Amino acid sequence: MRTATQLSGIFVSQVLGKSLPDIVTAVTDEWIEVAPDRVIEALRWLLDSDEFDAAQLSNLTAVDRHTHIEVIYHLQSLDLNHQLVVKTRTHGMDPAVVQSAYPVYKGALLQEREVYDLMGVRFEGHPDLRRLFLWDGFPGHPLRKDFLAMPGRITPGLEGFPFEDKDKPIRPINQENVEAGVAYVVTGETDENRAETDLSEGRG
Amino acid sequence: MSSDTRPATPMSRQIAEHRSLLDRALGLPKLVLVALSVALIGFVISQILIGYMVVSGQLDGKWYDIRDFGNAMVSLSDAINSSGMDSRIASTLTYLIPTLLGATGIVSVVGGWLLIGPWAERRLLAKFQIRQGPNRTGPFGLLQSLADALKLMQKEIIIPRGADRFLYFAPPIAVFIPAILGWAPIPWSPKMSYADLDVGVLFVIAISSLGVLAVFMAGWASNNHYSLLGAMRTIAMMISYEIPISVSLLAVVLLTGSTKLSEIVMWQSEQGVWLIMLIPFAALAFLFASTAEINRTPNDIGEAESEIVAGFYTEYSGMKAGLFMAVELGNAILVGALMSTFFLGGYTFFGLETWIPGYLILATKIGLVYFLFVWIRATLPRFRLDQLMGFAWKFLIPVSIALMFLTAIESSILVRWDAPSFLSLGLIALVNVAAAVGLTFVWMRVLFRDTDLSAPPAPILTRKMGGLQAAKVLRG
Amino acid sequence: MTTSTEPYVLNIGPQHPSTHGVFRLRVVMDGEKIKDLDMIVGYLHRSMEKLAEERTFTQNIPFTDRADYLAAMTGNLGLAIAVERLAGVEVPERAEYLRVIFSELQRIASHAMANGTLISDAGAWQTPLLYMFREREKILDLFEMTCGARLTTNYMRIGGVAFDPPVEFWPALQELVDELPDRIDEYHELLVSNEVFLARTRGVGVISPEDAVNASLTGPVLRGSGIPWDLRKADPYSVYDRMDFDVVVGKSGDVYDRFMVRMSELYQSVKIIKQAISQIPSGAHKTDIPLALRPDEGEIYSRIESPRGEIGFFLVSDGGPFPYRFHLRAPSLINLSLLNELGRDAALSDAIVTLGSLDIVVGEIDR
Repeated sequence: MRTATQLSGIFVSQVLGKSLPDIVTAVTDEWIEVAPDRVIEALRWLLDSDEFDAAQLSNLTAVDRHTHIEVIYHLQSLDLNHQLVVKTRTHGMDPAVVQSAYPVYKGALLQEREVYDLMGVRFEGHPDLRRLFLWDGFPGHPLRKDFLAMPGRITPGLEGFPFEDKDKPIRPINQENVEAGVAYVVTGETDENRAETDLSEGRG
Repeated sequence: MSSDTRPATPMSRQIAEHRSLLDRALGLPKLVLVALSVALIGFVISQILIGYMVVSGQLDGKWYDIRDFGNAMVSLSDAINSSGMDSRIASTLTYLIPTLLGATGIVSVVGGWLLIGPWAERRLLAKFQIRQGPNRTGPFGLLQSLADALKLMQKEIIIPRGADRFLYFAPPIAVFIPAILGWAPIPWSPKMSYADLDVGVLFVIAISSLGVLAVFMAGWASNNHYSLLGAMRTIAMMISYEIPISVSLLAVVLLTGSTKLSEIVMWQSEQGVWLIMLIPFAALAFLFASTAEINRTPNDIGEAESEIVAGFYTEYSGMKAGLFMAVELGNAILVGALMSTFFLGGYTFFGLETWIPGYLILATKIGLVYFLFVWIRATLPRFRLDQLMGFAWKFLIPVSIALMFLTAIESSILVRWDAPSFLSLGLIALVNVAAAVGLTFVWMRVLFRDTDLSAPPAPILTRKMGGLQAAKVLRG
Repeated sequence: MTTSTEPYVLNIGPQHPSTHGVFRLRVVMDGEKIKDLDMIVGYLHRSMEKLAEERTFTQNIPFTDRADYLAAMTGNLGLAIAVERLAGVEVPERAEYLRVIFSELQRIASHAMANGTLISDAGAWQTPLLYMFREREKILDLFEMTCGARLTTNYMRIGGVAFDPPVEFWPALQELVDELPDRIDEYHELLVSNEVFLARTRGVGVISPEDAVNASLTGPVLRGSGIPWDLRKADPYSVYDRMDFDVVVGKSGDVYDRFMVRMSELYQSVKIIKQAISQIPSGAHKTDIPLALRPDEGEIYSRIESPRGEIGFFLVSDGGPFPYRFHLRAPSLINLSLLNELGRDAALSDAIVTLGSLDIVVGEIDR
């Protein structure tokens, strides 16, 4: 039975690089990365090319990588039944600017508004870039990792979590604990209550 | 997960434990059952006696003849006139007392219906929709509408900011006026009619256009776009559908040769035929246009709840909204009464009216028409505004007028032709049905010559996936 | 002489009978015609994606119930499959069949609801909706029997399903599957050739195939526009590759076609359930995994076909028990991409019906 093919990023970058040299900035087996100010160029080429025929923007989302924000485009071809992943990264966090994919894909309209609302990526060339879920004037962009610690002491919602240790990052994943098999690490965990948080034998 | 039996939902348990009426009746104590059967036997015997009196003609014209309350009124007037009072007082009294009694009668009929109608409609709808309907308040939920009315009366009346206060308060009362006035010319029995006007048909047409005013006031004064939209839609529709109604009624008048409602009924009774059999298109046009007039599905776009919430009375709360809803119910039975009177033989039923009071026959017919309304409401989606207006102006009005001319010709030839009525009327019915079907067919062809009227294509089943290219292949 | 008109603003929602939840349309109208419209969502926003970053992968499954609350099973399944692909968890065969059975039952329930509300939007006074509820009720009873919940099932787990259905489940399911085709025939008789319904839906809200693909539409909306695309066939997950079924494709892309695609998919779902019942093996219904599953560092975008379209989960793992990033691709939201173009210059009544035919669930739009 045929399932959808996940195109290798290396293969995509080779073909793409022939037509648009220097557009791919990084590449792995799963994805290619392009410069944020050349996103439209790459997407349009992928859409128009017969080899890739990336007819649909399946999914558009972003990931906060602390130093920059990664915007991820999952493209797919319905006729050829394959998927490919294009990424781009913003130059820094504030402002985080990426070209809008709307001129190429109408499906980016609401997805980019969502990413702008929750992640604070400003899409240049979007016809109607407003917040989608939250109201205008909401301070900050909640999906960013530093949302609860914004400059100027603006703290929408919780000040922090009740058990949170202010000096430590919110979620310390301790490599020692991982190796010791303590599966579930709660912030504020101490040696005394560690036994209670060992849940690896629980029902799934 | 425990292995219990299949969990019953509260609803399915309720249905399973629901005992039938017969079961419940037979479960009564023996003594009650005996008493009930004795009462039943007594009732049958008394009915036989009454039947004997009716056949021997002992009842005709007597004041206690309950088949026609008009007799009682006539006897009352006679008694007052012959009591030796001053003639001016006597004539005033003979005018006043029947008027007041009649008005009370009409208002109590409408009011009684407003108490029972919501319950009836909701129960019926529930049965159409495989659910139970209101069955908690009182026996069979009969007191539901009373409870609703009490609740509505307690609610706060909210006046929207910027509303025109006088115009805002007037409509709930104003809409009641035509709903009550329309009952005046309707004959319930040969002598039982509140005002048997010589221009009854004109009166009905005049009264039915009054309701627009209240709707306009309500929509404008509410200071709400939904209200305004609803009022606009309702007014446009009411004005359009006045015309087919008038034309249909003209056909009735042409055939019967009278604008007096009691004479229209008598004509149908004498000829032994209902007008719906002679002029079916006019009857159906009247029915359809009436649903538009009274805002019922499939023409309830004036208060299409999925589009404009509650139409022109969106901003009314409490009993004011309740009054609008009540008027709708009242109008529904008024239309039922008019439909029965004009097209379904009124209070007569092929001679049965000598046995059963005429008003009961009329009430039954009203009930059946009302049932039809509820049935339509439970079945059909609603049209769009432009579709409805187009239907009125492009189809209903021209075809109605053409058929009215046909009726005019027929009535001038056939009805006054010296031939047995079954022959002439049969001919009329045949010609009219053929003309209605033919004209509808031809007119539809002309109207929809550019539209594809064939059945929609069935969806395609496929196993080959793909995008735009595969779609092209699929479409061929 | 021309009559000048003045446009005005109409707020449809957030509390409105046909917005299917707290969804608001701000419409600029000229008489009965819509000149411009703007959707305002977020009334049900619960910040699901942020919350998910503080919970383990298993703990996130209940969120997917609450996202698309009319199709909780497929939401659960989408996340379960994504995490399994990310962490490389094997699923027992019996669990795969149970997943297929339950997601198809859910599809029937959801499509019934979608079509029922669509006809209510077109103005039928709830009768078709309540008839559709008759079947949905039985399906929800089956859910309740199996996992104790009717709407927010939380049934699919990473590595299988939560419970094996009780013994009474199978006869009840068989009974339902036997009577369903007759019931669906009933709806066809009631609705498919109803003149009023045809007049209201044919040629209304037409989406061209090119637009549908370009605007990322998925599910019945895409298929209604004539694109034969169903992830159950195109990218089979679970054991859909062993099932024998057809994909239903519309022709003209109007409201009626979307309605008919959903209607005809009911038959196909019944067909799939029948096959699954006859093929299901015995065995374990789940593999044991640690509650705090720690997938390797990496990311995955995994999608399945929910009743509303492609429900995708984009998960980024940093090697810890929590997802570093959890994104739900919400078909309800993305299917609204063309709403402005569809609504502009349409009559208000048509816009309402078109919105109904897109079958939105506000819980999923807002998340």
